This record gives sequence, structure tokens and C-alpha cells, in this order.
Amino acid sequence: MKPLGTLRTGIASMALMMGMASTAFAVDLEFYFPVAVGGKAADTIQALTDEYVAANSGVNIDAVYAGSYGDTVTKALTASRGGKPPQLSVILSVDMFTLIDEEVIMPFDELIETDDDKAWLESFYPAFMENSQTGGKTYGIPFQRSTPVLYWNKEAFAEAGLDPDTPPATWEETIEMGKKLVKKDSDGNVTRWGVRIPSSGFPYWLFQGLTTQNDVILANSDGNETYFDDPKVAEALQYLVDLSTKHEVMAPGIIEWGATPKAFFEGQTAMMWTSTGNLTNVRENAPFDFGVGLLPGNKRRGAPTGGGNFYIFAESSDEQKKAAFDFVKWITQPAQAAKWTIATGYVAPGPATWETEEMKAYTADFAPALVARDQLEFAVAELSTYENQRVTAVFNDALAAAITGAKSVEEALAEAQEKADAILKDYR
Amino acid sequence: MMHKREWIYGWLFLSPALVFLFTFTHYPAVTTVISSFFSTPKGRRPAKFIGLENYQALIQDDVFWKVLLNNFWFALGTIPISIGLALLMALWVNSHLKGKTLSRVAFFAPTVLPLIAVANIWLFFYTPGFGLIDQFRSGLFGLPAINLLGNPDTVLAAMIVVAIWKEAGFFMIFYLAALQSVPPVLKEAADVEGASSFYYLRKVLLPLLMPTTLFVSINAVINSFRLVDHIFVMTEGGPDNASSLLLYYIYETAFKYWQSGYAATLTVVLLILLSILAIGQFFLFDRKIHYK
Repeated sequence: MKPLGTLRTGIASMALMMGMASTAFAVDLEFYFPVAVGGKAADTIQALTDEYVAANSGVNIDAVYAGSYGDTVTKALTASRGGKPPQLSVILSVDMFTLIDEEVIMPFDELIETDDDKAWLESFYPAFMENSQTGGKTYGIPFQRSTPVLYWNKEAFAEAGLDPDTPPATWEETIEMGKKLVKKDSDGNVTRWGVRIPSSGFPYWLFQGLTTQNDVILANSDGNETYFDDPKVAEALQYLVDLSTKHEVMAPGIIEWGATPKAFFEGQTAMMWTSTGNLTNVRENAPFDFGVGLLPGNKRRGAPTGGGNFYIFAESSDEQKKAAFDFVKWITQPAQAAKWTIATGYVAPGPATWETEEMKAYTADFAPALVARDQLEFAVAELSTYENQRVTAVFNDALAAAITGAKSVEEALAEAQEKADAILKDYR
Repeated sequence: MMHKREWIYGWLFLSPALVFLFTFTHYPAVTTVISSFFSTPKGRRPAKFIGLENYQALIQDDVFWKVLLNNFWFALGTIPISIGLALLMALWVNSHLKGKTLSRVAFFAPTVLPLIAVANIWLFFYTPGFGLIDQFRSGLFGLPAINLLGNPDTVLAAMIVVAIWKEAGFFMIFYLAALQSVPPVLKEAADVEGASSFYYLRKVLLPLLMPTTLFVSINAVINSFRLVDHIFVMTEGGPDNASSLLLYYIYETAFKYWQSGYAATLTVVLLILLSILAIGQFFLFDRKIHYK
């Protein structure tokens, strides 16, 4: 009986060891992702994740759709506070300082080992990296990134006696062309506005296009200083307000984001500023010939970047961190990034992606997709500071107050700067 | 011994409700009050006791005062109108008219629909240019487009209309139930005495409906602080906090700005306000109510 007993113990302990081995090799990752522009994005993420898991046995990735950008950061922070953070998440690039402040994310630099890794880190557009690095470290990897562009209705341009292939290139031209494009009915009511710059919810984003064009930045790269009361910012805001009040080329009051593409399709506006994330939507739904161009410039061309980055969460095991890092590296490779860009309209994060056969075929068929890439040369970091949501809320309130005429431009901006100073004083 | 056992039975019957009340109402309320005296924990820095600092910040916070004032107007706008409308609709569908089932369904429909979905529909009504309201305005009267949600002077009123539309049907159900329990002999007696319909309404029906009115009005007050779903969809509190209400501001503070200490302070204010209003209503109405 004794040998048999030993054998049994042996089998049992072997089984136990094998069991332990397989749990040691299988790394489980939880990955939160937001969707801001509709169903295709979610399907594409899921498909890419499945492809990675199929090719890498031993890694399980649970891709969790976490709602809007706002919902996702709320979910990730709540889960972290409850001690169960995801290992990986796509969150707005501007939330970087908040995530650092909450001590939930880790720099990618700690995971960089080989020269290949280093080359990979260098492979992204610098405009996207501005929002992803601080204090010499990289905390975010650009993925779901966008930038606002100008869409114009070529038919409306022709009808107004303008060259349908030439959009306004400057602030002045926007006003001149806008005045020609405004159409009124017999009662004197406007049926078509010249331009539409949405200002509901987060007006700061498109407004940052105007401030960049006026050659001024809104916050420093350490995220603890804002320049809201700079005279050049006031000048940009005055221009935005004047578009409605003085020049009457834009509808007065706060302009809704969500209704903007629809208003464009309905011919209620001849031009609109909105995200490249709408490219596919406009392409499929505009009942007329349309153009896509760079935002008009003033002192210079300019636009903010926007959208989400990959973050790796600090409270993960070393295996999990490694696996998450490997997944991020894989999904941002040109082949995968091209699939993602074609499906959604998000801007491919690095130059190499644009050189792939798929992307070349896509842009040959749909040239407007290149505009976003060309604009990156002029793009700057999206407004981002410590306590980002509070600071941008203060700024948004000021912009809304000036746009609706409740406060003067200078008064609103001075107040916003004062409040932002109070919030950021602890971080200086 | 018998007495003791009955005492145990009593507590056993109470315990399910008590457990839930303590877990989900009393315990959170108490921890909220405690949190309001602490700073917000950040990363590995734990919350520390700061006494009344949050309350001082509250007094100096002009957004807080603005949303409180907004909430006051929102309550004043929604409560009387939605209760009045509910009563009118209940009287209407309680009478013996043709199509009363259809009108009952129509009046009650807004209550069944989720407010988030409804808010999206209202968003379309209010859209300047091609929204429903503007299509009527320009089609019938040749009026220019109106931007109700994009103007701080009109946005709160636009939110109040949505809330009334949502609530009136719900309150109507309570009035309808109460009306159907009124014995028909009262109406017959009034008719024999030659009382007019209006006199019957004022002197017989309304007093009999008072317990329902108390119940409905307390609910209306609570709802005027609680109904914020449509703000998420329609305005996000904008422009410049013109449509933000206290509960929405608490959400923003807690889950957008991550100021959990300060959010607890705001919640304490909300708790105190609601308690005062509820207690006040009981005392105010108590003398005027005839319970059967």
C-alpha cells in the first residue's frame, strides 16, 4: 500500500503544481474603455482585444465598455478607491494630472526595457505626447485622439457666390464669407447661419482653437498655472462673442454640440467646427458635397488635440503591468492603429500608421481624413491642469457667461483666473 | 414570559425594514455628516479633520448660492403647477366622459417613461432652428429661431416645464384613487341641497382630498430636489450654472471634481433643507386635514 500511497501523493502534488503553474502563467487584465462617438468604436476595440488574446495564450483581457469619457474616469477612480482598479484604461488625456494626483497610474518609463521599446515611445506625433508627458515621464499613450476641423457646405458656398473649394483661412475671412453665407427668409429670420462653433458642455475645447490661433497658451506644462486673463485670450473670446453679436454670422447664445452635425446636414449653417470624430458621420449623412479643412488662423494656425490615452494602473502585479504594456504596444502598432482609424475617424497616433497600405487606400478614397494629420503640425496640448475638471468647469462657466452676455469678456476671464489660482495654489 | 415573547416577535417583524433603513439611510446620513468635517482624501494622503473649513468654503462659494436659488425657483415653479394640474387631470378623467381611458393613459404616460429618454425627446423639442417648437414658431407665426436652452434667462423655465410634464401624471394617479374612494352619496346629498358643482368641489371634495394633497406635496418637494436626470442630458447645468440644481452640483463636486469632503458638506445642507421642509409641511397641514 505504501508505494501506491506515495504515488497518489505524487500525482496530487503534481496536479497541484500544474494548477499553480497555469494560474501563474494566465494573466488576467481588466481594461476599461469609453465610447464617445457611437457603436463602431466598441466593436472595433472588442475585435482587436479578441485578436490579441487569440495570439497570446496566457493573457485574458476583459474589455469593459465603461460609458462616456466622464463615466470612465469616474468608474476607474471609484474602483481604485475601492481597491479594485482596472489594470488598463483609455481615459481622456487631460485627466492625466488628476490620475497622477490620485496616485493611481504609473509612468510607462518603468516598463521600457529594450531599444525597440524606446523607439516605440518615439513613434507618436509630438502634438499628442504634449498631453501625455509631464516632469520628464510618460504617463499616457495616445490612442483615441482627435482634433477639431472645419467642415463646409460646398453647395452653400457656390450659392453665395464663393469658390466652393476655398474655405476661410483667417478670422477676417470667416466674417466676410460668413456674411455672404447668411440667408434670411421673407420675415427677416435667419434660415442659414455662416458658421457654427458649438459651446455647450465644454466650450473650452473649441475656444482653445481660437486662443492657439491668437498665439497664446492657456496653461503651463506642469499643470499648475493658467493664463485665462491674458489680453490675447480676451481678444479671442471677444472675437467669438462678436461672431454672434457684432457680425451676426453665428447664432446667438450657447450652441449645442449634439445638434451641430444635424444643423449642418439641414443646411442651417454653412460651416461648422467640430471633432474629426464626426468624419464618418458627416461622410455618411451629409446630403450635399462638403469640404474638410484646417481651422482658420489669425496670428498663426492652431487647434487643440483631444481624446483619450492608454493608462496603466499602479496597483497591478508585475506580470499584469508587463502584459498590459505589451498589449498597448501591440494595439498602437501601425497595422492595428490603421484598422482603428478607418473604423472610427480618430487620428492615427503616429506617422508610420499613415504609411500602411490600408491607410493609403483609405485616404486615397477619402482625402479629408488627411486634414486632421496635417493640422497636427499646428496643434497644441488640450487644456489640462491639476484638479482638471474643476479648473475647466470654472473656465467653461466664464466662457458661457461671456457668450450669453451675462458678463463682459474681461470680467468673466478675470474671475475665472482668480478661481483657478485659488484651486491650483496647493500645487505650486 | 408571554409579554417578552411578543416583544421579540415585534422586533423580528420590524427587523427587515430596520436593517435596510439603517444600511441605506441612517448609516450613510451619519457618515456624511462626519465626512463634512474632514478634508478630501487624495491618493495616499488620508482625510484629516478640518472642523468647519468646508462650511466656510460653502458660504463663500457663489456657485452654491446660485444653485440654491435655482433650486428655490425650480421648486416654486414645479410644485404648485404640477399639483394643480394633477388635480385638474384627475377630476377630468374621473368624470364620465368618452375616451377617459385614453386620456388616463395619455396623462400617465410621462411617468412611465424614463426621464433620461424623455429628456432626449425634449432636447429635440427645444433645439433652435429645426426643433419642434421652432418649427411651429416659424411655420405658423414666422417668428425667428429661439434658443431656450442656450440662454441663462430661459433655461431654468425650460427645465421646469419638463419636470412638470413628468410629474403631474404621477400625482394625478393619487388624486384619482382618492376621488374614487369618495362615497357617491355625498354628491347626491349636495345635489339634493342644491349646492353648485364648484361649492361641492370647494367644501366637500377638496377637504376630503387633503390627506392626499399632503402626501403629494411632500413628494413634490422631495422631487424638486431629486429630479436632476434631465439636466445631465439637456444642459449639464449650463450655461454658467443657470440650470444647475443642488443635487446636480453635489454630483459634480463628488464625482467630477472629486471633492468628496465638500460634497458631503453640500449633502448635509440638502438633508437639513429636506428635513425642515417635511417637518414644516406636517405642522402646516396637520390642522387642515380631515382624516376619516
